[in-house]
Amino acid sequence: MNAEVKMMRTAAEAAYADALTALPAPEAIRSLREKALRLFAEKGLPHRRVEEWKYTDLRALIREMPPLAKGADGAAIAEAKKNSVLTNIGAREITFVNGAFVAELSNLKGLEKGLSITTLADALAKDASLVTLLAKINPNKYDAVFALNTAALNEGILIEVAPGAQITQPIHVRHIVTGTSPVSVFGRAVVKVGAKAQATLVQSHVGPDTVAYQTNTVLQLSVADDAELDVVRVQAEGDKAIHLSMMIGAIGNESRFRSFALTTGGAASRHTVPFAYAGRNARATIAGATLLRGKQHADTTLEIDHAMPGGESRELYKTVLDDEANGVFQGLIIVRPDAQKTDGRMMSAALLLGDNAEMDNKPELEIFADDVQCAHGATTGALDDDLLFYLRARGIPKKEAESLLIQSFFGEAVETIENAKIRDAVMNLAGGWLAARS
Amino acid sequence: MPAVQETVDRVKSIDVDQYKYGFETKIESDRAPKGLDESTVRFISAKKGEPEWMLEWRLEAFRRWKTMSEPNWARVKVNPIDYQDLYYYSAPKTTAGPKSLAEVDPELLKTYAKLGISLHEQEILAGVDPAGRTKVAVDAVFDSVSVVTTFQEELKKAGVIFGSISEAIKNHPELVKKYLGSVVPVTDNFFATLNSAVFSDGSFVYIPKGVRCPMELSTYFRINERNTGQFERTLIIADEGAYVSYLEGCTAPMRDENQLHAAVVELVALEGAEIKYSTVQNWYPGDAQGKGGIYNFVTKRGDCRGNNSKISWTQVETGSAITWKYPSCILRGDNSQGEFYSIAISNGHQQVDSGTKMIHLGKNTSSRIISKGIAAGVSQNTYRGLVSAHRKATNARNFTNCDSLLIGDKCGAHTTPYIEAKNSSAVFEHEATTSKISEDMLFYCRSRGLSGEEAVALVVNGFVKDVLQHLPMEFAVEAQKLIAISLEGSVG
Repeated sequence: MNAEVKMMRTAAEAAYADALTALPAPEAIRSLREKALRLFAEKGLPHRRVEEWKYTDLRALIREMPPLAKGADGAAIAEAKKNSVLTNIGAREITFVNGAFVAELSNLKGLEKGLSITTLADALAKDASLVTLLAKINPNKYDAVFALNTAALNEGILIEVAPGAQITQPIHVRHIVTGTSPVSVFGRAVVKVGAKAQATLVQSHVGPDTVAYQTNTVLQLSVADDAELDVVRVQAEGDKAIHLSMMIGAIGNESRFRSFALTTGGAASRHTVPFAYAGRNARATIAGATLLRGKQHADTTLEIDHAMPGGESRELYKTVLDDEANGVFQGLIIVRPDAQKTDGRMMSAALLLGDNAEMDNKPELEIFADDVQCAHGATTGALDDDLLFYLRARGIPKKEAESLLIQSFFGEAVETIENAKIRDAVMNLAGGWLAARS
Repeated sequence: MPAVQETVDRVKSIDVDQYKYGFETKIESDRAPKGLDESTVRFISAKKGEPEWMLEWRLEAFRRWKTMSEPNWARVKVNPIDYQDLYYYSAPKTTAGPKSLAEVDPELLKTYAKLGISLHEQEILAGVDPAGRTKVAVDAVFDSVSVVTTFQEELKKAGVIFGSISEAIKNHPELVKKYLGSVVPVTDNFFATLNSAVFSDGSFVYIPKGVRCPMELSTYFRINERNTGQFERTLIIADEGAYVSYLEGCTAPMRDENQLHAAVVELVALEGAEIKYSTVQNWYPGDAQGKGGIYNFVTKRGDCRGNNSKISWTQVETGSAITWKYPSCILRGDNSQGEFYSIAISNGHQQVDSGTKMIHLGKNTSSRIISKGIAAGVSQNTYRGLVSAHRKATNARNFTNCDSLLIGDKCGAHTTPYIEAKNSSAVFEHEATTSKISEDMLFYCRSRGLSGEEAVALVVNGFVKDVLQHLPMEFAVEAQKLIAISLEGSVG
């Protein structure tokens, strides 16, 4: 049980190393990529004996690496055009098809004052200091997803909001995978919100069913003092896809941050959120709804790091599991010695609809300061028979009654979205999941 | 206000920074040579006059242990332990079969008197109204050997077997063979395997079918010798429909080196049986600089093997430099119940990583976890727990509440629960909070004339009340005093 096991390098690990070594690197980021690849070669994919990956064994999930996506040709773009996830929210759209930026499907014209959107390649050519930001992970520890993403760093987007700018139109970054043969897709987005500025970011991930493609995307956020940022993320990948993603955030003094993540897609997915309070009296809400069926597996891992005093954090995750789906929630709140007056509350609730569904909850508190209020809660249960009976006694058919209850269950998390249009669109997507329930 | 006066007196009577059990008893003892190899295991087995099968069992464990390494996942920093620099067996020389208390070394009896453990009936009952007497049978384990067991006759009448495990190996081999290692397998973990190889004594309890044990059973563990590890093994079996309440207390002298305590406790509850196991752990926690103290690495597990069985753990953890302890319940039988009530207090440089596991395997099983952690000084206090429901464990039910209280800004309180539901009918609820003692509450108490320390003790006692309620009366009183002592010096 306690014996040390020396792991062999898997076929997938070797394939990643070969493919990413062969990938041509722009000069500016060559050494960064090489370093990340070396780190990956050394530490490899995590397995269940790595504590943070206890419930999502990447070594077992990723048996092989599909070839790197070759970008977007005409057919791919035509297919991408048909996609309509969150296209009705009046947002400025930026589209990546198979990992490549597609100008045709992106709107970079008439940018509001103070808003700048550049592809990563262009941005790097202009500003070499961006490299240090790209290399950052918080906390500074090894993460296989981040290492791979950095080793494959190629295309991406940089969104900057100048100090004081109020960007009212949401910015929607779309990641679309197309085609019928499996590919590996990488993506990176960097969002910097200046002091006293405000913006709303939407990110969606979609792809074809029945294709075992893999996506790996990293979103890096920094919110300066007194600024405000809303992030809404929809992960609706194809049913055979493996989706690995991170949202790395740092927020400044008196800033406000809200994020919501809807997870319905992928055969297996993992979303990691290393989130740091870099300033005093910052407030953040990190919420999500995960709706799974079949044999889907989705893992949400939060690491909320209160390093500065006066921070307030609210985490609310709702997971609905049908059939044999497996939901994982790991949420860690760290309060460092100086972070007095921290107020942290984390809640993870799971609704198990399928007899063989599985929910693994690991909410953690790590507290080193005394003048704090921290709490977490985790619940797991089935639909309440009494509530169902109440509704059915009033003539509502069983399926409809169940849908109502399920909707009210995850609705609480969806309601944390501030923008009404986006909130309605997300609720519609979730409603679509419910309607497809057999 | 007499109640306030009583509190004031009590607090006054406690000397700051004094571990009141920190004396050493000078009695001759019989030790195994230092170090650990097969010959040590054979020596212990021979000393105990064990049958061949027991020696084989130990040797198998020892061979397995050699291939294992120490677990390192707990949130504790342990100085490396040199397993070859320990004595694995130490017995007071006077133990050659005492027939009655009169034959026991008077020094030893004095030790117990100092500990406040009365082996004589009248002392046990001192201060208790004669009409409402509660009897407690005590098995005292000194260093590694069970010294004396009281109330043997009365227990025998009820058919209860209560005594040292070495006697049980000789007199009831069929029971020991059947149950020893059946809850905590020999290969379970590093420390349990080490214990299996070198355990020297411990308590054995067997409650026959349908018997409600007529009194509470109690064991006191005392480490006395320098450089000894204490490895006791407790096995409690409650046969169908039986009930037993078992208490365990531990103390050790003050020493500047760390001493290892690696015990294994196994509980087996058959159909309809109930076992209540209470611990007040007050090993020496080390001095104000964090020097010395006991390493308390204990494996405790109960198996609700039969339907409708129940196991309840209650623990008050105030001592030890490092505690690594997870009393668990395997809820195998249908409708079985598991409970875990814990108060873990850490002060000074203490490190606590403790919690429980509730493993739901049977149908309609339920469990409840109430854990209160209090961290003061520069200590680290971690709750680590697992609640899991197996696919077939329909209608599994759990409620968990773990609260932590921080006193001072140099300590840490952590919560790491694992909650795994593999079954849609499982209903699990978990809540945890961490906060400091409210200034308002302290102000309220102090404005009524309580000193800072008294106010803290009062608030803390209120904080842990949910757990204290589940302790047998004698223990509850002792536990309350312990809490006050443990928190001394925590308020400026």
